[in-house]
Amino acid sequence: MQPILDIADLRKSYGDGFEALKGVSLRIEPGEIIALLGPNGAGKTTLISTVCGITTATSGTVAVGGHDIIRDFRAARSMIGLVPQEINLEPFERVINTVRFSRGLFGKSPDEAAIEKILRQLSLWDKRNNQIRELSGGMKRRVLIAKALSHEPRLLFLDEPTAGVDVELRKDMWEIVEGLKADGVTIVLTTHYIEEAEAIADRVGVIAKGELLLVEDKADLMARMGQKQLDVQLSAPLEDVPEALAKYDLTLCEGGRTLTYSYDTRADRTGITKLLRDVSEAGLVLRDVVTRQSSLEDIFVGLVHEEEEATS
Amino acid sequence: MNWTAIRAIYLFEMARFFRTLAQSLISPVLSTSLYFVVFGAAIGSRIQEIEGVSYGAFIVPGLIMLSVITQAISNASFGIYFPKFIGTIYELLSAPVNFLEIVAGYVGAAATKALFIGIIILITAFFFVDVTIAHPLAMVAFLLLTCLSFALLGFIIGIWAGNFEQLQLVPLLVVTPLVFLGGAFYSISMLPPVWQTISYFNPVVYLISGFRWAFFGSADVPIALSLMAIAGFTAACLLVIGWIFKTGWRIRQ
Repeated sequence: MQPILDIADLRKSYGDGFEALKGVSLRIEPGEIIALLGPNGAGKTTLISTVCGITTATSGTVAVGGHDIIRDFRAARSMIGLVPQEINLEPFERVINTVRFSRGLFGKSPDEAAIEKILRQLSLWDKRNNQIRELSGGMKRRVLIAKALSHEPRLLFLDEPTAGVDVELRKDMWEIVEGLKADGVTIVLTTHYIEEAEAIADRVGVIAKGELLLVEDKADLMARMGQKQLDVQLSAPLEDVPEALAKYDLTLCEGGRTLTYSYDTRADRTGITKLLRDVSEAGLVLRDVVTRQSSLEDIFVGLVHEEEEATS
Repeated sequence: MNWTAIRAIYLFEMARFFRTLAQSLISPVLSTSLYFVVFGAAIGSRIQEIEGVSYGAFIVPGLIMLSVITQAISNASFGIYFPKFIGTIYELLSAPVNFLEIVAGYVGAAATKALFIGIIILITAFFFVDVTIAHPLAMVAFLLLTCLSFALLGFIIGIWAGNFEQLQLVPLLVVTPLVFLGGAFYSISMLPPVWQTISYFNPVVYLISGFRWAFFGSADVPIALSLMAIAGFTAACLLVIGWIFKTGWRIRQ
């Protein structure tokens, strides 16, 4: 299948020599949700801005649905919707008019039914005749999404859609994204909330300092990088880890009532059987055994940390 | 050409105008009436006639030009500066439109607004003085070209401006003095010879003179020169805009 977005060796440097993107390549298949994770200043917004035509690349190519974004910019841009990070809206304009404007700007003929559908989908229909300045922050963000969807794009960029948004609204946003995916829209979202990527993405890309460190299926990523922890809860507290268990590199926590063992889920031998036998042979009495999967956050922090060590 | 996009920009800009219709119209009508009262009645009672035209009527073309030029510049400069200021420019830059279409939408709307106001002032003038229009077609052509060329200039100013002060700077420091000294309220021939010569370096003289010729059939400079001046000015603005969009100056990083 032809990728909806094909980025090849994209570079962007600014006049002062700062390299915002250092050769990013990325292919995105239609219909997936990909989350680009990275700390502030990693190049996430630059990447999106370049694909959308707001920033000009220094070198490299981008194709959207097979259309080069420079040579064939009309076809490419018609397929893209962009929800920017900042809430940039005309304060005095009415909601429905800004959405109509966006549709027209992207070359689509007026279609009131389509606009009504979008506004209803985003729970904005009742507010359609309000001036934008009368809306709450969350509603404004919905207006931005409505504008981005007004020309029925196939590829939607959400640049930090939930930055500074309360928990409830964040959940709403995720539902909206799920709904769009069901309609067949490909979604690229940037975030620095790991839980967001974990909750809604199919694939996760990690960007740091202008480089795409990895792009992987979320489940694979978590399985590959995923460390698991086994907590062995004891009936009686310990002062120290017994000599017989020293080789397992255990940590003692919760006032000596829990022994924590880290292991790799993909290793041939996780060592759990031996550990439990040795625990039992050491005369310890178990109260409970719990395992925990490390989150994307742990993986992410690990990756960015490795990268920093490598460059320093 | 993406006509739908041009139309969308045009209508969106016109909506701003109609949203503030009262302010947009009342202020030019009021200021024109004031000019008629102050210049027409007070000074006119002493000057009587210039080149066979009553003073009140004589200043009509200049008054229209003054408002049209100011309005075309301020509407166009604000129209493109505002999206830069509030950040909505991202949408224009990411839309499947080329720069020609963006200019057509913004400049077209600004020129239309200026034209509206020019016509309103002309109508207002009929209430105060007897105005005859000797060459109606030429009058319309001059009016349209002035609306267009100064809207183009306003667009350039709006792109250039980094803040609201700069947005006001050129109209206030350059355009208004040039219009006032361009013979809006007097004939260049009334000036001492030295000032006449200096005046011929003021491009606005050619516009007002040509426009006045369309009304009364007499002019400070030959009509062909006036036409060349406005055509040259329009071309210069178009060239600058072409360069701006080619290089992305102040717009695209």
